[in-house]
Amino acid sequence: MRLIRQILLRMLTTAVTLIGVAVIVFVVIRVVPGNPIAMMLPPGATDEDVLRLTALYGLDKSLPQQFLIWAGGVLHGDFGTSITSRQPVLALVLDRLPATLELSIMALVIAVLIGGVVALTGTRSRDSGIEAAIDIGNGIALSIPDFLWGLILILLFGVLLPVFNISGRITPSLPLNFVTNFYLFESILRGRPDLWLDLISHMFLPSLALAIPLSAIIGQVLKQSLKETMHLDYVTLSRTKGYGENHVILREALPNAILPTLTLVGVQFTFLIGGTVIIERLFSYEGLGNLAIDAVINRDLPLIQGIVILFAVIFTAVNLVVDLLYAVLNPRLRHG
Amino acid sequence: MSFLTIRNLSAELKGHGVPLLRRVSLQVAAGEVRGLVGESGAGKSMIGKAILGILPRAVAITGGEILLDGVDLLQLPPAQRRRRIGASAALIPQDPLTALNPSRRIGGQITDRLVDILGWQRARAEARARELLAEVQIAEPERVLRSYPHELSGGMRQRILIASAFAAEPRLIVADEPTTALDVTVQKQILKLIQAMQARHGTALLFVTHDLGVVSKVCQKLSVLYAGMVVEDTEVRPFFAGPKHAYSAALLAATPKYTDPAASLQPVPEAVIEAVRREVADADRRAGHG
Ligand SMILES: Nc1ncnc2c1ncn2[C@@H]1O[C@H](COP(=O)(O)OP(=O)(O)OP(=O)(O)O)[C@@H](O)[C@H]1O
Ligand SMILES: [Mg+2]
Repeated sequence: MRLIRQILLRMLTTAVTLIGVAVIVFVVIRVVPGNPIAMMLPPGATDEDVLRLTALYGLDKSLPQQFLIWAGGVLHGDFGTSITSRQPVLALVLDRLPATLELSIMALVIAVLIGGVVALTGTRSRDSGIEAAIDIGNGIALSIPDFLWGLILILLFGVLLPVFNISGRITPSLPLNFVTNFYLFESILRGRPDLWLDLISHMFLPSLALAIPLSAIIGQVLKQSLKETMHLDYVTLSRTKGYGENHVILREALPNAILPTLTLVGVQFTFLIGGTVIIERLFSYEGLGNLAIDAVINRDLPLIQGIVILFAVIFTAVNLVVDLLYAVLNPRLRHG
Repeated sequence: MSFLTIRNLSAELKGHGVPLLRRVSLQVAAGEVRGLVGESGAGKSMIGKAILGILPRAVAITGGEILLDGVDLLQLPPAQRRRRIGASAALIPQDPLTALNPSRRIGGQITDRLVDILGWQRARAEARARELLAEVQIAEPERVLRSYPHELSGGMRQRILIASAFAAEPRLIVADEPTTALDVTVQKQILKLIQAMQARHGTALLFVTHDLGVVSKVCQKLSVLYAGMVVEDTEVRPFFAGPKHAYSAALLAATPKYTDPAASLQPVPEAVIEAVRREVADADRRAGHG
């Protein structure tokens, strides 16, 4: 009963959030200066041309009217037509989504790996010079934003020591006969190292740039949580049984220290996804973020709306997954 | 030969030189129960932790020996010391609510030492766990072994911790105020249980408490600690007839009597504290000179 009420409440808040996002974006992009129609037309176009096109895209109607028309379409799965490319927004956006998801997930995996190793190493050598060095490293990683890390990485591993690709998602001359747009997942599942190695070579630097700040957060928070757990009685009791430091950290402390870290990682992961917008631009990576910047530059209103709504849906989904994971990992919630 | 022999064990707070244990000596023979009493902060738990190799990082042992079965633990390399302690000693902790890992099932927390440290077959260890739960009078052992700690009451968890402590047939058990965190109604049962288990298994038991009433019921030997120093080491029966040291006598006078719980309690007199402080200072000076 309680569970059902919680689920209903959750769905309701999600719906309200999405509507709120839609309204705000709708209003803001129409209030900021810049006329999409004027930008589409060649310099010699007449006022009549402008009026005709404005009416075609429904931009002559009042704001509430425009919103209702748009929202009515959305309820039928129609997010409108992109002004610049004249293709359905939904198709354009879904086409790019996999690229961004793959980049974000790769960044998350890298962040968890680096952050995890940092936290475990820091816990093992707590209160020593090594821990102090780790704290300093984390501080540096955190105080430089992801796009600056992107520039630094481009300089280091794209220019000075060119071991990775710094532009695009895949080498275009490769045989690109993908069924889905999840290039990385698909090429791994199909056992095509020629493809996935090339993809990773393209994705590594941008995902690393996205991952560095998050890995510092994971490293710091998980280390703190582990250190607090290491003082608890059950950890001490396990030492008296004959277990050494590694076992005690991994088996006794880690499972309990992960929980407080998890919620935070969820929130931070949504920030990371937000970071893809600039990082994709920086690395000319053909994902949603790059599409979003083009849409904003061209004042492609329907496309901007579609992309923002999609990002909002992704953020909500991430939060939902985190809550579910929390429930699964916490035995106290698992067994009422 | 006593199973546990501590000789002149000294420990201090690292970097500060603050002594926490002052040339502590005590022995516990197989089948014997020794009480370790003293006021809060006297260092009772420190001694238990030193034996079990779980001293806080801030505390360093500065001298002495801890012999388990004649082998000085302090001379062994860490891995070997841990194994030896795990195989022959065990702890019954103070607070059953915090001493079990909340994310692991009870069964694994009883059998882990048997399987990982002592190399038992898993099936044999599980059979042993069921047997132990029956021994500590837990009904439905199967269900309990599959449970997580939060599904069980405090008294139940303390029974489990006792079972777990006896799992590997240790020759020494350190019980650090094993009943203080429990309901008064449960305290007596748990005390009886520890006593019965100790007697049946013939284990040496070091019983840390500041309740002399409990000492009179459970222990045969007694060490009285003040500021990390043993001020009296004695048999329990003569102690209650008439303690030798003025501080122990004052401590005894400060304990409520079961025969007359309403009798007014005497706080330890200032003069006695002064005297025992001087004694500690003298001992420090002698130790400093040689
Ligand atoms: N982690 C620690 N770091 C530094 N000093 C400590 C630490 N734990 C305890 N001490 C100090 O060591 C001394 C002895 O503490 P211990 O815990 O052995 O006392 P105790 O006799 O067990 O007292 P209680 O009856 O309150 O449990 C105390 O003065 C205490 O302040
Ligand atoms: Mg204590």
